Amino acid sequence: MSPTTEGRRPRIVVVGHGMVGHRFVAAAIERGLTETHDVVVYGAEPRAAYDRVALTSFFEVGAEALSFLPGAAYDDPRVALHLGTEVVGLDRATRTLALSDGGTTTYDELVLATGAAPFVPPVPGKDLDGCFVYRTIEDLEAIRDAVAPRPDGARRRGIVIGGGLLGLEAANALHQLGAETHVVEMAPRLMPVQLDEVGGATLVRHVEKLGLTVHCGVASTEVLDDGTGRVAGLGLRDAEPIAADVVVFSAGIRPRDALARAAELEVAPRGGVLVDEQLRSVTDPHVWAIGECAAPAGVMYGLVAPGYAMAEIVVDTLLGGTAGAFTGADMSTKLKLLGVDVASFGDAFATTPDALELVFADAVAGLYKKLVVGPAGPAEDGTPREDAYVLLGGVLVGDASAYGLLRPMVASGMLLPDNPEELILPESRGALQLGLPDEAVVCSCNNVSKRDLLDAVDVDGEHACADLATVKTCTSAGTTCGSCVPTVKGIIEDYFASVGKEVDRSLCEHFALTRQELFDVVAVHGYRTFTEVVEAHGTGRGCDICKPTVASVLASQFNGHVLEGETGALQDTNDAYLANIQRNGTYSVVPRIPGGEITPEKLIVIGEVARDFGLYTKITGGQRIDLFGARMEELPAIWTRLVDAGFESGHAYGKSLRTVKSCVGSTWCRYGVQDSVQLAIDLELRYRGLRSPHKLKGGVSGCARECAEARGKDFGVIATEKGWNLYVGGNGGATPRHAELLVGDVDTPTLLRYLDRFLMYYIRTADRLQRTAAWVESLDGGLERVREVVVDDALGLGSELEAAMERHVETYADEWRATLEDPEKLSRFVSFVNAPGTPDPAITFTTERGQIRPVLAGDPAPAAVDLGATIPVGAPR
Amino acid sequence: MTPTTTTGTTTGTPAGTPATGPAAAATTVWTPVCATDRLGRERGVAALVGGRAVAVFRTYDDEWFALDNHCPFARASVLARGIVGTRGDVPFVASPMLKQPFGLRDGVCLDDPDVRVATYPVRVVDGVVEVGTVAGPPPETQGVAAP
Ligand SMILES: Cc1cc2nc3c(=O)[nH]c(=O)nc-3n(C[C@H](O)[C@H](O)[C@H](O)COP(=O)(O)OP(=O)(O)OC[C@H]3O[C@@H](n4cnc5c(N)ncnc54)[C@H](O)[C@@H]3O)c2cc1C
Ligand code: SF4
Ligand code: SF4
Ligand code: FES
Repeated sequence: MSPTTEGRRPRIVVVGHGMVGHRFVAAAIERGLTETHDVVVYGAEPRAAYDRVALTSFFEVGAEALSFLPGAAYDDPRVALHLGTEVVGLDRATRTLALSDGGTTTYDELVLATGAAPFVPPVPGKDLDGCFVYRTIEDLEAIRDAVAPRPDGARRRGIVIGGGLLGLEAANALHQLGAETHVVEMAPRLMPVQLDEVGGATLVRHVEKLGLTVHCGVASTEVLDDGTGRVAGLGLRDAEPIAADVVVFSAGIRPRDALARAAELEVAPRGGVLVDEQLRSVTDPHVWAIGECAAPAGVMYGLVAPGYAMAEIVVDTLLGGTAGAFTGADMSTKLKLLGVDVASFGDAFATTPDALELVFADAVAGLYKKLVVGPAGPAEDGTPREDAYVLLGGVLVGDASAYGLLRPMVASGMLLPDNPEELILPESRGALQLGLPDEAVVCSCNNVSKRDLLDAVDVDGEHACADLATVKTCTSAGTTCGSCVPTVKGIIEDYFASVGKEVDRSLCEHFALTRQELFDVVAVHGYRTFTEVVEAHGTGRGCDICKPTVASVLASQFNGHVLEGETGALQDTNDAYLANIQRNGTYSVVPRIPGGEITPEKLIVIGEVARDFGLYTKITGGQRIDLFGARMEELPAIWTRLVDAGFESGHAYGKSLRTVKSCVGSTWCRYGVQDSVQLAIDLELRYRGLRSPHKLKGGVSGCARECAEARGKDFGVIATEKGWNLYVGGNGGATPRHAELLVGDVDTPTLLRYLDRFLMYYIRTADRLQRTAAWVESLDGGLERVREVVVDDALGLGSELEAAMERHVETYADEWRATLEDPEKLSRFVSFVNAPGTPDPAITFTTERGQIRPVLAGDPAPAAVDLGATIPVGAPR
Repeated sequence: MTPTTTTGTTTGTPAGTPATGPAAAATTVWTPVCATDRLGRERGVAALVGGRAVAVFRTYDDEWFALDNHCPFARASVLARGIVGTRGDVPFVASPMLKQPFGLRDGVCLDDPDVRVATYPVRVVDGVVEVGTVAGPPPETQGVAAP
């Protein structure tokens, strides 16, 4: 395999750092190819590979969120990445490449991953100012600038040439950017490659309802010039021209094979480097081609999944493997275009002999669903089968929820049930999931079969995954496009039902409800006490699980004092004494220090209080100060001092907002672009005291260097030149998670609006003790779903969530101040009810490093005793 | 289960609370700890009884119980600060440290019956809660060895 390298490490050069080139490098690192080979990558684009499939979301989330390699460098010294450098010449005889910067380089193995370029039909005027294609982030930036409203506020007009999948994406973008949008398609319907006539017509109705204009069966003749070299409109054959400021060409793609052609590598008749099943050029064994620039067996694939498969095969072959072979790919598609679900799979046009079509259409609801079925072949023993059918393909428009189930059925060849129409009728739920054969590939993005899923959930198996989230992590199913998630969920639920394992989501023995259901019950009935809730919806008198949960739900909705009346008896000891219990039964005290900013005077007060009460002090990770060793009965006196000095509760004890950590930001830091401290203070004061399913932490960094580690928080804000990027769902702790970008470049009021919605939506719907990361993961659709609800307001809940937060902000009161003012609440802070002056003799301290430390009852000496192994800890329920 | 009334005269130990010995009644010393209205329903409070820290509890239906305040798992004097609830028909307190549940009637840990904390009889006399102790060595806490 290795060429003559005379003792040096062989050198693989990758041309193109797009989706597939990146996948190749990542696989080379992961599978150890870089242990023996050097890898050098040249990418023509100015930035590292990014998620082109999600290109349109650039307008929402910004470039950074799309990037596959935010630092633009691989974590492997054997990989060199050169961006903004095009390979302009290839000399196969000397294995030398010419570079756009004038340099040259040599290779032992050459991997072409140059992708494809949009096809621009040769119409006159195609190069005028105002003509664009839709392929790169730079294209989108240029389009955004070009369709920005005129100075007088009037909308720009845009035309997309091409009504295929990519054309509709581009049209969607123009529409979202506020332009008046037309789509011109030469074929008689939209998405002619994927949809049949009725499906295409149904899609047109959806698209036009959104205010776009669709012209099908129309050919464009020229782009009109306004006389200054700018676009004025589009001329059409046999129709009036359309006036426009912008024209976007999206009339198909062509493989970028110019380099290969010039080097006399054989290309396929319709373009693309002709390669064998190992993706090796049929002309030169040291040249490989993968992704959209390749044509295995003469066919190019304009989807990313086949490109990824090709990348893996080349890595495997270079490692000396022989198993990998590319023999074609599933071209099924499911996507959401302009908010309309569209899917096409298998033999969508019923071209198989004897194929029959089964159609469900509802013009009013805009639904069109078609199944293509064909007679089943003979049974295994050779006997012909009567009246037995298999699924061959189909088209779904308006509701593609059945896609995840139907697509695997095509490949598997399973027999259809007697009533196959059930599969596409509204409300049908895949009762057939268990009927899928085990080999059926349920997740095509990650090649996960039903058998893999069943292995993962097998209660006696090695994984024994107990829920969807674990199955996703374990098998990767559903982690790419997400279209298979409902089917995956259905399969594991059916499995659990079949083994009689109840997926019991009830809170505890007292409530057969989830936390979210409890939340709703309280909201609907307006309950104010635990007794009301448990008498109406539960049994018994509650426990340490449901009582704090109900207390938290009541607090989130009514924000009363946590120790008021009966509520006081519901609280965990931390909430009950507004402090954090520590191992010897004493408490620690954490005053709020918003954003970690504190005056010297206040710092001195904390020092004095600690000294006067003999407390151990430690700086916390959340940029505040923790005072340990306070006896319960001392808490009021300590807090009197603190409240007098202007401190308030830091809620370190509550399932509520802890801190919003910040860096020093633009006020002091020479890199800072925004005042991160001010925002952190504002956020901490806004959300202080907010009771939630679990603790909440936030962070704000003044620039992309991220010194506040904001992405390790439930919500993290990072300053940009234009505003703020908002990340959600991060945490530290046992399973650290980076927060993911929710929206980019928003101003402060917008940031607050989205954060209000995000936090309230979480509080309403999360399970008890479920942090934001796990909650996001548990939602159908994950982060995308959060974005729909929070940013797009898909549930129409936006204003309600904001109002709920506004109520919280208005009714907030410091719990410690209120406690100090109420003798009834204070009366609980006694060591012994019949001997309030006697401190608990069980609490003793010794000193260590100049401060106190607890001595546990029975500790032989100050040296700590390891308790873990000998103490039976009550089984958690 | 006959709920203890709080109307005045002695009502004795709640049903289910084991007496501390066959002759318990004869040698029991009753220590008044507080007025009944000092302790809300489903609350606990610590009291000093004969030099020992005792956790006194009042359930939702006004039964009174007393356990040793010392949690044998946490090895700290904290049980009075736990959440009071029910498991089935059994009233219990969850240790505030690591949440082990202790039955209020017999002090047995519901998740680990080998572990038990000592219980004390409680009675209400003229609106005053009294905890009974027996002369002699303190009742044993079992299970987790307190070294
Ligand atoms: C708007 C849009 C939506 C899409 N939606 C989907 C979808 O829903 N599902 C799906 O499966 N696919 C989708 N695709 C297609 C998918 O993006 C491509 O299949 C995928 O990007 C192909 O990867 P690639 O690496 O082959 O090419 P690319 O990602 O295009 O990468 C090629 C890279 O090589 C660089 N390059 C080219 N020539 C040279 C040279 N001579 N020297 C150096 N560098 C060079 C290019 O600049 C480019 O950066 C979509 C594409 C677009 C544009
Ligand atoms: S994140 Fe940026 S602004 Fe903040 S301290 Fe770091 S470098 Fe400075
Ligand atoms: S890491 Fe462990 S020991 Fe340290 S504070 Fe957290 S829970 Fe306690
Ligand atoms: S099919 Fe795309 S993630 Fe499963």
